[in-house]
Amino acid sequence: MNRRFLPLLMTTSVFVLGYLFCSFEFHNFATVRVICNLLTDNAFLGIVAVGMTFVILSGGIDLSVGSVIAFTTVFLAITIEQLSLPPVLAFAMILVIGAAFGAAMGACIHYLKIPAFIITLAGMFLARGLSFLLTTDSIPVNHPLYSTLNDVSIPILSGRLSLIAIVMLLVFVAGGILAHQTRFGTNVFALGGNLTSAQLMGVPVGRTMILIYTLSGFLSALAGIVFSLYTSAGYSLAATGTEMDAIAAVVIGGTLLTGGYGYVFGTFVGILIQGLIQTFITFDGTLSSWWTKIAVGVLLFAFIGFQRLLLIFWSPRNRSAESM
Amino acid sequence: MTFHRIVAAAALAVATVTAPALAADKLVVGFSQIGSESGWRAAETKVAKMEAEKRGIDLRISDAQQKEENQIKAVRSFIAQGVDAIFIAPVVATGWESVLKEAKDAKIPVILLDRGIDVKDDSLYLTVVRSDAVYEGQAAGDWLVKATKGKCNVVELQGTVGASVAIDRKKGFDKVVAENPQMKIIRTQSGDFTRAKGKEVMESFIKAENGGKNICAMYAHNDDMAIGGIQAIKESGLKPGKDILVVSIDGVPDIFNAMAEGEANATVELTPNMAGPAFDALVAFKTGGKVPPKWIKTETKLYQPDVAKSEYQRRKDLY
Repeated sequence: MNRRFLPLLMTTSVFVLGYLFCSFEFHNFATVRVICNLLTDNAFLGIVAVGMTFVILSGGIDLSVGSVIAFTTVFLAITIEQLSLPPVLAFAMILVIGAAFGAAMGACIHYLKIPAFIITLAGMFLARGLSFLLTTDSIPVNHPLYSTLNDVSIPILSGRLSLIAIVMLLVFVAGGILAHQTRFGTNVFALGGNLTSAQLMGVPVGRTMILIYTLSGFLSALAGIVFSLYTSAGYSLAATGTEMDAIAAVVIGGTLLTGGYGYVFGTFVGILIQGLIQTFITFDGTLSSWWTKIAVGVLLFAFIGFQRLLLIFWSPRNRSAESM
Repeated sequence: MTFHRIVAAAALAVATVTAPALAADKLVVGFSQIGSESGWRAAETKVAKMEAEKRGIDLRISDAQQKEENQIKAVRSFIAQGVDAIFIAPVVATGWESVLKEAKDAKIPVILLDRGIDVKDDSLYLTVVRSDAVYEGQAAGDWLVKATKGKCNVVELQGTVGASVAIDRKKGFDKVVAENPQMKIIRTQSGDFTRAKGKEVMESFIKAENGGKNICAMYAHNDDMAIGGIQAIKESGLKPGKDILVVSIDGVPDIFNAMAEGEANATVELTPNMAGPAFDALVAFKTGGKVPPKWIKTETKLYQPDVAKSEYQRRKDLY
């Protein structure tokens, strides 16, 4: 049982050590404000990463999430500003559209037996293309509800926990329960462990597969709403490359890229680590921000190598442990 | 989470004792730069560093890699650090309200460099330091009128469609054209601000205009497109700078090189020194409480081949 937690433990210690290092290095770093900023600034990334965790746990991948975020921000800007729809209605509409979009991709993957990589790549181009079709400009959203929602926050000492940060934390809690405490979660793990044996065990493969991508699409739209609140604008170039950041967060968080093993909480720490690196670079002020990508790349590589090693050491011992 | 809290609290206790306090007399400025997508942008960053050093200001630069979300994150980090002022070269005009409100609440003045933003409440920033792009186009047009006595068929290489700089540079030039009945823009198309596209578009212009014989001058919204255009003119067998006059905007080193070789005729400089005037305004504001105007216009200057060599030397390390 201890060994199962090893990747998670490693990720968490990397974060804690990194945080301690930064606190020693910089004035004003060890403040609640910095922690709250970490949560607020990475809220949209956190939300998509929860969806991505489910997708990767099932052995799939979803490349469309960044584009869906961009599409959502453009959709909201146009419906709210130009068609003057009430924001709440627009929110509901886009959540349904996002979920349907995900469901359609899931259905293609399952029924047409096409790799998730290809289908979601098509979805990525489709959603990004659609947002460019709607507008190439950045459209500001001036609806009063936006500033009201942006002002909602819980003050904690020097920082404030914003509404979007709270939404992200709730999504993580709900995601954790869904993955680790429900039948659906068990099915997701079964799919990622071994598709054929899952089928033989009577796991409803088709339904689970479609539901996973529906969830990811829904959460992408939710992340899009959060992003739209965050920037108060709709922009078709928004959130480019977010899918890769989300995948990186999931893998750094200790989820096996081939599926079947991992924790939603690990993804949360994965997000925090990426945010921490960015904050470190801004506080330092002399480093190129591209070091973020390099650091994340190195971490990814280290974690994948580590997982591989674990698997190699694990498999023979696992069998003997079971016989005991 | 509680474990984190305890660690954070412990770190806080230690950090407050050991962390080097920021020097009280040195001004700390955080600068959220768009990225380093062009030579001009890199020069702007370099000049900002030099100007900061000259004045003994501690400048912290964050490169946003062309992403607004990264800029917002950087601004939040600067606020958390408690810097004395924040400079932003905004990647897009929208979406700044809430983070600038945070800066205002923390009483940190914000100065925008090079581009403006859309906010309802313009007290959210102290001032914008940027050039007058309409005037840049006008200066290019005025030069062409003088060089050709107002009689010229011009082809125009526009910047990226919808970019405000491209719109303004066109507007200024069009104004001059409207005042001179014998001057005409015979072809105009976007070259996307890049060399490759500039070359491609100019090639098609030359083909369409009787092998380039009808063209008297090429006006490009930036130097890079002009350099691409020069290439196209050369390949068609004509002489750039003589058969077809070349005037463009920006003042990057390569165009001075082309001018020294007689292949370009004039460039209107867009100075990369945006930070210098911003620092001056900031210091005046911090020490004397002097509120600057909402728009600090940078100087616009036209350069011709006579100074090309020395200007090239001066710039080549900057870009």
